[in-house]
Amino acid sequence: MCSGRVDLEFILRAFSKGMDGVFIGGCNLNECNYITHGNYDALNMTLLCKRIMEHFGLNPERLRIEFMSAGDGIKLAEVINKFTGKIKDLGPLGKGEDIDEDELRSKLEMVSKLIPYIKIVKGEKLATRLKSREEHDAFFTREEIDELFRDVVSYYIDPKKCQACMICLKRCPSKAISGRKRQIHVINQDKCIKCGTCLEACPPHFGAVRKISGAPVPPPIPEEERTITRTRKKK
Amino acid sequence: MQYPDPFNQEISDNKAVHIYYAQAIPLVAYIDESCIYIKEKKCRICERVCQNNAIDLRQTPQEIKINVGAIVLALGLEPFDPSLKDEYGYGKMRNVVTSMDFERLLCATGPYEGEILRPSDLKHPHRVAWIQCTGSRRVTEGDNSYCSAVCCAYTQKQVILTKDHDAEAECTIFHNDIRAFGKDFEQYYQRTEQLSGTRFIRSYASIVREVPETNNVVLKYATDDDGVKEEEYDLVVLSVGLNPPDDVKGLADRFGIELNSHGFCKTDPSNLMKTSRPGIYVSGAFQGPMDIPESVFTASAAGSLCGEFLNYRRGRLTRERIYPPEKDVSQEEPRIGVFVCRCGANIGRIVDVPSTVEYALTLPNVVYAQEQLFSCATNSAKEITDKIEEQGLNRVVVAACSPRTLEPLFHDTLREAGINQYYCDMANIREHNSWVHAKEKEEATQKAKDMIRMSVARTRHLEPLQEIDLPVNKSALVVGGGIAGMTCALSMANQGHEVYLVEKEADLGGMARKIHYTLEGLNVQVYLRDLVREVYKHPLVHVLTEAIVTEATGYVGNYVTKVTSERGVTEIKHGAAVIAVGAEEYKPIEYLYGENDRVLTSVELEKRIAEEDEGVIKAQSVAMIQCVGCRNKDRDYCSRVCCSHSIKNALKLKEKNPQMNIYIFFRDMRTYGFKEDYYLEASDKDVKFIRYEPDDKPQVKATDKEGRPVLRVTIPDPILGQNLEIDADYLALAAAVIPSRGVKKISQLFNAALGPDGFFKEAHVKLRPVDFATDGVFLCGTAHYPKHISETINQAYGAAGRALTLLSHDSVTVSGSVCEVKENHCISCGACITACAYGAIEFRETPRGKKAWVNPVICKGDGLCNAKCPTHAIYLKHFTDEEILSQIDAAFSEKEVSQQIERAVGDV
Repeated sequence: MCSGRVDLEFILRAFSKGMDGVFIGGCNLNECNYITHGNYDALNMTLLCKRIMEHFGLNPERLRIEFMSAGDGIKLAEVINKFTGKIKDLGPLGKGEDIDEDELRSKLEMVSKLIPYIKIVKGEKLATRLKSREEHDAFFTREEIDELFRDVVSYYIDPKKCQACMICLKRCPSKAISGRKRQIHVINQDKCIKCGTCLEACPPHFGAVRKISGAPVPPPIPEEERTITRTRKKK
Repeated sequence: MQYPDPFNQEISDNKAVHIYYAQAIPLVAYIDESCIYIKEKKCRICERVCQNNAIDLRQTPQEIKINVGAIVLALGLEPFDPSLKDEYGYGKMRNVVTSMDFERLLCATGPYEGEILRPSDLKHPHRVAWIQCTGSRRVTEGDNSYCSAVCCAYTQKQVILTKDHDAEAECTIFHNDIRAFGKDFEQYYQRTEQLSGTRFIRSYASIVREVPETNNVVLKYATDDDGVKEEEYDLVVLSVGLNPPDDVKGLADRFGIELNSHGFCKTDPSNLMKTSRPGIYVSGAFQGPMDIPESVFTASAAGSLCGEFLNYRRGRLTRERIYPPEKDVSQEEPRIGVFVCRCGANIGRIVDVPSTVEYALTLPNVVYAQEQLFSCATNSAKEITDKIEEQGLNRVVVAACSPRTLEPLFHDTLREAGINQYYCDMANIREHNSWVHAKEKEEATQKAKDMIRMSVARTRHLEPLQEIDLPVNKSALVVGGGIAGMTCALSMANQGHEVYLVEKEADLGGMARKIHYTLEGLNVQVYLRDLVREVYKHPLVHVLTEAIVTEATGYVGNYVTKVTSERGVTEIKHGAAVIAVGAEEYKPIEYLYGENDRVLTSVELEKRIAEEDEGVIKAQSVAMIQCVGCRNKDRDYCSRVCCSHSIKNALKLKEKNPQMNIYIFFRDMRTYGFKEDYYLEASDKDVKFIRYEPDDKPQVKATDKEGRPVLRVTIPDPILGQNLEIDADYLALAAAVIPSRGVKKISQLFNAALGPDGFFKEAHVKLRPVDFATDGVFLCGTAHYPKHISETINQAYGAAGRALTLLSHDSVTVSGSVCEVKENHCISCGACITACAYGAIEFRETPRGKKAWVNPVICKGDGLCNAKCPTHAIYLKHFTDEEILSQIDAAFSEKEVSQQIERAVGDV
């Protein structure tokens, strides 16, 4: 396992469980024992996460990544001592930032839910290798994270267009679409991971799935109105 | 009845029936000669109490005949016995101990369980002195003239450990030269020197007397600054050297081999593993004083030579290991057993192990927990196997050390019990805990509990995994055609493997082409010519010269490397690779080098001597300056070979022109081992050795002396308080050995790690000194670290021996911890495919569209794809999200969570 295995979810989970700081250790950059240089992936992910924390008013210094070799015991001790000192200075998560506990919880929950969306939108950037550490540090900008959360997309099935063909329902990786034959399909927004598979799957001549960006999703059509009758199909 | 325990240097007592030491193999009790029955035919109590009737006191020595094809003599060494000489006071003054005694005192399983207590009053010694070169580097009767090579480093280790035990301890080391010539030793020396309360004093210290009231020991020594002084110490440690094994003459006679003048094995100067008798090989310190890494690679080397010798009958006596059939426990409720290792005192001294065991029992699904003294010992591993069966365990947590070293052992332990080996997790409560929190025992105990809780949480989710057997390509690739590469290639080829030898230059030979003779008198050019001829003659060795490796792909047993040479691009398929790219000589910028053509490097001087250059040989005087370009800020290492190199040149010059004045300016003369003989010879032949301090380097000026152009070397003389000036016709600089230019590229191509100095980094300094962390890639020669030709040959055979452990098998097993895709969750986004540097993932058509698919043979289990996948469709077995998240969740104990809530409520 490589430091690049560290998932955004792991970090957020640690914070939501009450950790006040998270430290990620990886091998020295450009000294990968393999050919993967996955520590750059870890670096990108960490930097993105720091920006996200910033966006939600959490101190990004609570997250730290350092690179060192197995021979750098002394460096590790120094870094850890500094980091724990820093976290002690910052105080408990949320408190140090003046965010009350409920707000903190709901924010972390919200971001955690958006992880698949973040991975899809930022996937390419996360896999990018730049020349220097400095370039990496400047890679994710505050503006782009603001945009990321402002323009969160949603997918919606237009009940007027849906032909209840089951294609999107079967393809959905998170089983977020309910319905059956002759029953208009509805996306459960709580379960939806915003991957867009349904949009891609819906036959173009139906065109029932809509991508909504930065706007509220219309309420789902009531249960009793979902049945498609033959007459309506003829129309 | 108790008798002095020889393993603990007779400091503590033991019974006649005992286990030799805690990590002995096999770990079983035996009866030694102190048994009263053996001595006086009395007692026999043990026989009666043994319920298994395992004791048979009537046993007599038996002669067993074993037919073998080859013999490896790994007879080791015997520590020098200082009691033979009055002047060392050993055996007379109670607080004079040997370094071997002290080693036991420091050890957790030693006489006082790791407490340093001095013999006279069992009190903690506060002022401790070490006397270096006890019995070594002395030409007096009863001492050894050679340098024992390991004492400088082990003393530094003892000082560091002493300061670990007692930060206030005052440690004084009386030494001659500090010989920190091994890889990373220079930095280790600096680390020791910088410890507070530690003094390195360059002086012979003699033991004067014992203070009757305190049993303290008084030492007398002299320094340039303070003259003669006497000082009192609580404890004096004699850093004893290495002698040949006991009864070495008898052993030599029995095996029909010859010994050298020092009583060690007489070896072939071009192959230190070869004794004077064919088929009998030697490894380790019986070759001569050497440290652990060298012992380990000479052991592999001797193995490779036996392999060559006995190749015609390889594999005829092998037996396959058979494990019991694996039980399917996947449907059972997890029943976890927790084994907490004390690691002697390594963990046990810091962590309260019993309370940790008790705590483990309170964790969900833990049905059994116990402590062990050394979980890695044979009996402890057996105990785990037994407990799995007895307690019906289906998962095991071993709380001990880093899984890096011992995880395979515990995997094996599970298999022995018929449980899939992936049902095992290790909590590293040593490196990650007791070793770093030595001063915070309570917190360390708490942390050990936290780590075990996290490990148990993960273990609940572990799944059985199957490993894959991969075929092994029987050929090898050797990069670098110097002595290391050629020797290694030949040894593998002699064992029936095809070898591709790639050399960047037009000719084979590397650095050795510039070396003409060794200190011991080997004619290098003749040797090299023969070696090159043998390489070209060998039908299994394929040589590619002026060749560059451009691409290397694949994995253990199945590499594909592209080499560009005159022949165009050659694609080589090979199972193993050996990196032997050598090193280079530093081109000095110091001491007028390049400005004045009478300033040479040692290698250039050697060339002139070999060419019988009149100017050099007829010179009135030659000066040499050591440590040029290393042991400094830029290159913080010792180049190891330069001291011997300068002495070699000096002796050659003296041989050709006995009247010549030769001056060697040095910091520490590092002619370790038997090379010390030549240092003595040079002194006898009136070569002048002048020491300089790094802060006061020699100054060199080109000038004129009575019409003769000279190089004037000036250094301050602290004794006379004025400058010492030497006029030399030639100045030879002992230039550093530096990494070869192409190392970065090679490092990237073969995923072979580089150390901070630019030399390749072995997988483990002691345990795997010629392996890389990357499977199937090995290392030898000066690419690893500067070394002499004989040492390079040792290591080259060592690398061949290690490569053979892979190449001689038809298949190699790869980990079951690889990735797999849950097709239902895959949205075909391709993020995993982009993330995989090995090309292990591809799209495959399925009835439900294209889905990612992982080739488990290529997957290395790094898990980068996991972090990129938006839907958790791809998962790394053994490190799944579920397993890791449960571990993260368990980082907080229930108690802590409730305390937090209370605190939060309290604040409101």
